[in-house]
Amino acid sequence: MSTTTTAPAADQERDVQRGGPSLRSRMQQMLAAGTLVLIFVAFSIASPEIFPTWGNMVTILYSTVVIGLLALGATFVITTAGIDLSVGTAMALCAVMSGLFIVNWGLPVPVGILLAILFGGVVGLVNGINVAVLDLPPFIATLAMMMVAAGLALVFSGAAPIYFEDQAYMWISTGTIIPSVPNAVLVLVVAAVIAAVLMSRTVLGRYSMAIGANHEAAELAGVDVKKWLIIVYVVGGLFTGLAGVMISARLGSAQPATGMGYELDAIAAVVIGGTSLSGGRGTVVGTMIGALIISVLTNGLQILSIPQEWQDVLLGIVILVAVFIDRLRKRSEGTA
Amino acid sequence: MTLEQHNDDTPDSSHDPDLLLEVRGAVKKFPGVLALSQMDLELRAGEVLALVGENGAGKSTLMKLLAGVHPPDAGSFRFLGRPLQVRGPRDAAEQGLAIIHQELNLMSTLTVAENIFLGREPVLGNFFTRPAQLRVQTQELLDRLGMELDPTAEVGTLSVAQQQMVEIAKALSYDARVLIMDEPTAALNEHETEALHELVRKYISPSTAVIYISHRMEELRRIADRVQVIRDGEYVDSFPMAEATLDDVITKMVGRSVDTRAGPRDARSDRPVILEVNGLRSEPRVKDVSFDLAEGEILGIAGLMGAGRTETARALIGSHPRQAGTVSYRGRRIAFRSPAHAARNGIGYLSEDRKQLGLLLDHSVKRNMELSALSDGFQSAGFIRDRASHHAVVEQSRKLRVKTPDVAQLAKNLSGGNQQKVVIGRWLLKDCDVLIFDEPTRGIDVGAKEEIYELLDELAAGGKSIIMISSDLPEVLRMAHRVAVMSEGRVTGILDAADADQESIMALATAERDASPTGRGQAPHADVDHGHSDHRAGER
Repeated sequence: MSTTTTAPAADQERDVQRGGPSLRSRMQQMLAAGTLVLIFVAFSIASPEIFPTWGNMVTILYSTVVIGLLALGATFVITTAGIDLSVGTAMALCAVMSGLFIVNWGLPVPVGILLAILFGGVVGLVNGINVAVLDLPPFIATLAMMMVAAGLALVFSGAAPIYFEDQAYMWISTGTIIPSVPNAVLVLVVAAVIAAVLMSRTVLGRYSMAIGANHEAAELAGVDVKKWLIIVYVVGGLFTGLAGVMISARLGSAQPATGMGYELDAIAAVVIGGTSLSGGRGTVVGTMIGALIISVLTNGLQILSIPQEWQDVLLGIVILVAVFIDRLRKRSEGTA
Repeated sequence: MTLEQHNDDTPDSSHDPDLLLEVRGAVKKFPGVLALSQMDLELRAGEVLALVGENGAGKSTLMKLLAGVHPPDAGSFRFLGRPLQVRGPRDAAEQGLAIIHQELNLMSTLTVAENIFLGREPVLGNFFTRPAQLRVQTQELLDRLGMELDPTAEVGTLSVAQQQMVEIAKALSYDARVLIMDEPTAALNEHETEALHELVRKYISPSTAVIYISHRMEELRRIADRVQVIRDGEYVDSFPMAEATLDDVITKMVGRSVDTRAGPRDARSDRPVILEVNGLRSEPRVKDVSFDLAEGEILGIAGLMGAGRTETARALIGSHPRQAGTVSYRGRRIAFRSPAHAARNGIGYLSEDRKQLGLLLDHSVKRNMELSALSDGFQSAGFIRDRASHHAVVEQSRKLRVKTPDVAQLAKNLSGGNQQKVVIGRWLLKDCDVLIFDEPTRGIDVGAKEEIYELLDELAAGGKSIIMISSDLPEVLRMAHRVAVMSEGRVTGILDAADADQESIMALATAERDASPTGRGQAPHADVDHGHSDHRAGER
């Protein structure tokens, strides 16, 4: 976990000196981090034998991978004051495409993976064009894409799972380049670092925040809003494609009907992490903390044998609290 | 929001029953601005009073005090002989003082009837609506007013003129004794204007009166009995409309001495033209606009609110659609597709509305200032060259004397003048050649204004070409080498600084649309030069 956060955190630190996020938005992030620590300590006390073990840490990180990747992509979209509801089913569609490319077409594994990720980018491109050029509300445009992708996943797979046989494919998720750390965790860490760099070091991140903060002002300042919005949705789609590859590599199969619901978890992670749904502010570190809060909570409650339905209730409450705190901060900023 | 500071609160036994509305010594301060100082107003039964004044003279503020939107700081307000106590526009209307604002305030998805009686619908048991009853009572009202409107029509499907009618019907449904209309005809054509006047005439009775705010002298001559001139938040004069001449009114409107002027400037006719706009049309506000801009020149664009100046600028840079017209830039015909396209070519637009359209308020000074130049100077391969941009922003802030503890300060925490400097800095970092300033000193205090003026002078002296849209006439006269005056979507004249004064500009700004032959803007080939640049139309 520490590897996930230190590098981008250093980024953020420098960012402040250079006119980065305000103290308050850092506080939200610290609050999220504090919550994570709190939940962590609570579970460690409740279940000292199982919860705080190395093995369980790896399990938690491993279970964060898919939501984490989707949330990374969603962070960019949400920073522009947009939303992407299609990431869940688009992920399933990309998993199916990966299966088609590798199993049915017999393409080499790396090529298949690359194409599946790019396919996610194409889905994002369509979303981006719908939002930026056709000027459809992001909610509606991506809701429609959510349905289209869910349907296409079933169509392309013949409504049946596609099973991977090549162990090399599963290796990208379950293999261990670093002993006892699944490769999937590594993928997430690398993806998070890339996302953090994109967000805080490139014009993409800067324009995303500018567009989210004030769409019209950004446009009048000469930012090519249409172009950058499209790019943001494409980036979101690429992360979705990667998530599709990782989930199918973990399961050893592409499950065409699984994606629905993941988009909400991803959005929840982003929001818990302190990225405002009203746009203008995005933090990759926060998103990773948000994703971790969700998986720590799920993991801990499972260990304590709390039934699934109560896990959902608690997660819902966490989201409410996170968004409420975001509101509080807005209100205090409004009067400042 | 009741009025607490009255000069006299006691009911007046010697009250003149003809005096419907009386305002004495009204004062209203906003942070940094004295919007009204010693404003008086008398409205007598049976009259239509024209209220005229420049933009910012205090007309809107006065309306807002009467409607109870803002509480006054001082002054006595008497309505029908009693001190006026209103809690808001609705309350004012119920007391018989109805105000129709310039911006329509209707729900476009509701019907005419629903809009008129919103919040006062006939109900059954305080819960169920009675649509039939609503329709009947709306029809009665419309019949009484002689309006041909369908009570069940959705307001969003009506024309602007019809929506205006709905707004008027709504105001009159309260049986108002006094009706205040703030530029009711701004969006109406000649025929619709006449219909509205007919309505006003019908409304006027020995017990009612109208305050009519408009910039169009010709119109006021037709409808008003008396005219009151206000300026800088103060009462100036009032006299019967029949005795008023246009020159009188304009002189009184601009009134103040013209010695704010820094002397006539040399025309820049010897300089090469950098930008030429011909027959620009962008409906609904911009009909036919032509002008040119020389290198190192400050071209003022004057005109009244709603004349289409902002829309002209935005159509030029491609953020509003254009229906006709050509733009030549550096001798090449070019149609800017978007502000980004214009910016790439070195044309920057600085909005009048810094908070909504200029700044990213929640972002730092640095992020705001580097925004436009990020795409060229401050990046390599998409990565932000943070150190370079940091140095540039710090340096630019120093040059512009932006008062901020550091460049990490959020834009919203800066004063108006410093916010403006941040936006100016943004375009200077981009190294633009043409800067379009829309109301560069609006909301900026006097000291900072001077700095902005000096800055504009420096920029022009340094070879930048500047278009300065401004409603502040002394400012235009002081800064501009030439002044293009717009009225109702057209350039009605372009004056050299030497020939321009407040009177001549106001005359052009209030010029009726027939100042230029009708239909010209609608000509299929509107990209022909109409030769606006040398004629001086209007009343002169």
